Amino acid sequence: MTATQSSSHSSSVTRPAKQLPKSVEIHIRRRANPDSPQYWERFAIPYRPNLNIISCLLEIQKNPVTSDGRPTTPPVWSMNCLEQVCGICTMVINGKVRQSCSALIDNLDQPIKLEPMSKFPNVRDLVVDRSQMFDHLKRIHAWIELDGTHDLGPGPRMDQDDVQERYAYSRCMTCGCCLEACPQYDGDNYIGPQAIAQVRLFNMHPTGKMTRDERLEALLQEDGITNCGNAQNCVQVCPMNIPLTRAIYEENREAVVHGLFGWLKK
Amino acid sequence: MASNGIKIAIVGGGLAGLAASMKIAEAGHFVDLFSVVPVKRSHSVCAQGGINGAVNTKGEGDSTWEHFDDTVYGGDFLANQPPAKAMCEMAPAIIYLFDRMGVPFSRTQEGLLDFRRFGGTKHHRTAFAGASTGQQLLYALDEQVRRFEMGGKVKKYEHWEMMSLVLDGSGVCRGLIAMDLQTLELRAFPADAVIMATGGPGLIFGKSTNSMVCTGSAVSTCYQQGAQYANGEFIQVHPTSIPGEDKLRLMSESARGEGGRVWVPRQPGDTRLPSSIPEKERWYFLEEKYPAYGNLVPRDIATREIFQVCIEGKGVGGDNQVYLDLTHIPAETLDRKLGAILEIYEMFVGDDPRHVPMRIFPGVHYSMGGLWVDFNQRTNIPGLLAAGECDYSIHGANRLGANSLVSCVFGGFVAAPAAIEFARNIERNGADGSRIYEQELIRQREINDALIKQSGNENQYLLHQEMGKWMTDNVTVVRYNDKLKATDNKLLELMDRYKRISINDSNLWATMALPHARHLDNMLELARVITLGALNRNESRGAHFKPDFPDRDDENFLKTTIAEYSGEGPVISYEAVDVSLITPRKRDYSKGKKEGAAAASGGRGSALPHKQGAPQVPRPDAELKPENLSAPLIWGQNKEAVADPSAELTTRREQGKSIGEAGGKSD
Repeated sequence: MTATQSSSHSSSVTRPAKQLPKSVEIHIRRRANPDSPQYWERFAIPYRPNLNIISCLLEIQKNPVTSDGRPTTPPVWSMNCLEQVCGICTMVINGKVRQSCSALIDNLDQPIKLEPMSKFPNVRDLVVDRSQMFDHLKRIHAWIELDGTHDLGPGPRMDQDDVQERYAYSRCMTCGCCLEACPQYDGDNYIGPQAIAQVRLFNMHPTGKMTRDERLEALLQEDGITNCGNAQNCVQVCPMNIPLTRAIYEENREAVVHGLFGWLKK
Repeated sequence: MASNGIKIAIVGGGLAGLAASMKIAEAGHFVDLFSVVPVKRSHSVCAQGGINGAVNTKGEGDSTWEHFDDTVYGGDFLANQPPAKAMCEMAPAIIYLFDRMGVPFSRTQEGLLDFRRFGGTKHHRTAFAGASTGQQLLYALDEQVRRFEMGGKVKKYEHWEMMSLVLDGSGVCRGLIAMDLQTLELRAFPADAVIMATGGPGLIFGKSTNSMVCTGSAVSTCYQQGAQYANGEFIQVHPTSIPGEDKLRLMSESARGEGGRVWVPRQPGDTRLPSSIPEKERWYFLEEKYPAYGNLVPRDIATREIFQVCIEGKGVGGDNQVYLDLTHIPAETLDRKLGAILEIYEMFVGDDPRHVPMRIFPGVHYSMGGLWVDFNQRTNIPGLLAAGECDYSIHGANRLGANSLVSCVFGGFVAAPAAIEFARNIERNGADGSRIYEQELIRQREINDALIKQSGNENQYLLHQEMGKWMTDNVTVVRYNDKLKATDNKLLELMDRYKRISINDSNLWATMALPHARHLDNMLELARVITLGALNRNESRGAHFKPDFPDRDDENFLKTTIAEYSGEGPVISYEAVDVSLITPRKRDYSKGKKEGAAAASGGRGSALPHKQGAPQVPRPDAELKPENLSAPLIWGQNKEAVADPSAELTTRREQGKSIGEAGGKSD
């Protein structure tokens, strides 16, 4: 943003000379507040190489004028880490749900269409309320039950292969891409791949396993794992490449066994 | 002791804030946790490398004392030594606790925790979870705090921003004012103590490696209400970041380690493709200036040289960037050794670094400075504590790699019992209690209302950009007094122009404009603290480098800078550093640490209790276990006392027997 820090003007020296667009055209699906209707607004900003969606939004924010010259309110969006690890800046870009920090203009067809995720309450413009995903984490008891945080030495020994599988699930940043892409998920009818993968994460852990029944019970509720329609969209859109369908498969098996025979334990 | 009723407000839900929340909730008390983003999205997720703790599982003779020595040496002896030592002693237990919480740390073939080597040490001391250790640690704490949230002990206020403290007539912190970022509703939150855990102020420099919430705004409000800000001028700049239009992203130093060469075209402003610039027309300035080390000069030297080249207009395309070239290395080798980091570059830049040289620039990365705290994380305002990057303790003039995560958790673990201790002994407000909240609420409302109403021709985002440019150009890597003075004048000018901004969003529902305007005001105040701290410190130490004063000057500046707010700007004073455990010696990475260490601190070291390394294979019943993490940790305030020989023998463990016993020692 600052003039001397701005890096990318010189990309012309690193890229083969080709016809570069003069401007970036962006259409944003907006909403003033949860009670008002959505509408589209068009913006154009000067093209520079290596822009991402966030940079364009920051540019529009400085001086919010539509491409036909009409002053408007600045579009509002969520952003934080800008390294695709916090998950907050997720939106629907040219019809595909993804993080806007890692969406490079040079790789997108123009005009670029930005929309808020459709499966979550729309707060304003591109901002949505994903608190339901965090509520799911409560319902499935997505944590290890510790005796206490005092020093009890190291945790259980683990095989590096198991650690790697858990690591894959543990990278979930609660961004909501899987829920947005899931044809079954529609608000509160299905707990969804994100929560199921977290059940897998904790049920794989030697200590977590001790309380796995509680998590499986959550998956056996009406909105539980049986709602999966096996469309496999989730695993396609997951920006962290989490093996979501594998988690669903494994936990479905665990849940079914628990549903059939779990009562014998009692 | 009405322990049930104690409520602590914690501002910030990163590692430090969550660590403190967990401890307070576990002790049976209540937490109001404020965060501008859902806590799981805090900046701690960005830490990649790992977390330090001397467990000596590699048979290298590592010890917590070695870790401590590396930390104060790396920090160029500006850190108070007792808390740094306490952190290093607690570090192994912190790592084991995260292990028990289920963090997928990498393992050895025996299934034990694996440790890697990191900058500034010769030991394998860094536990890591893939390349996203910060994310994994944050999630572990997020999960535990969610457990306490379910139990009703923690109440989260996410998308709420702290606007100011509520202080009573005697200057005691009684809670805070926060703003709902959707409705802009201002509300007072009474609390028995407040812990600040808001992270760093990177956005003062415009773009940095920090997340977009890292404005330092909340800390600045504390400073403006009387909290002392310490060592503000110590800002760590990472030599190789990927400059983006929106932020600077870290490029691991391993790219240089694997043979990356740094160069710019000899002809400034050369617009040819890098591949068509012949070898003799490239300036490999690190290799030329430092034939012995070449591209592998230490971090601070690399940072300064790259910065200097760009400031002189010799950067690629005249911009602030140089090439970091890996294209001479076979692509298969690169994929094998650097695959993950090359993918990051590709994802955010779009170029393939196997075939096109990367463009990099030093990026503001971490603030060693922050709110002044005593050895119990207490600020000078009674009832206000601080932990994590937003406090100044532990790192001195320069932070060691992989020490940030451990310092966050340590800070939270120390602040929590100290806050409870304070809350137990403080008398609740009497009949006039509610008035102080109402007064501060009115003050905040007036500030917001005035901002919304005012109109002028200044643009808040352009002012921020201008501040960032001045701060980056003049108050980062290389500092000159005339430029620092000019920067302070510019900041004063920006403060004046700030009075003429107009909020460009007529829709105040969930607006970004009003919060940003408030941040900007606070950032300008803190920018002056950083700039004037740098101006006054006429020496070079750690991250602070002045070509006109190239040496460390212990006689005049082995001191903590303390800034206090006044209407006319920061008032700077100094406080001696507690160097009671290791005598300062020259920091020189061209030699092994031991050579200098033996002469300088051997004598004193021997007076200390005999230190043993942890057992090779850590077992729950190991004899030298790190201290009990839940034990209360209370130390006497050590603000004035310096180099007290008796302090050498007093460890945190010995002093912190119980809250009741230790309470009398704290003042």
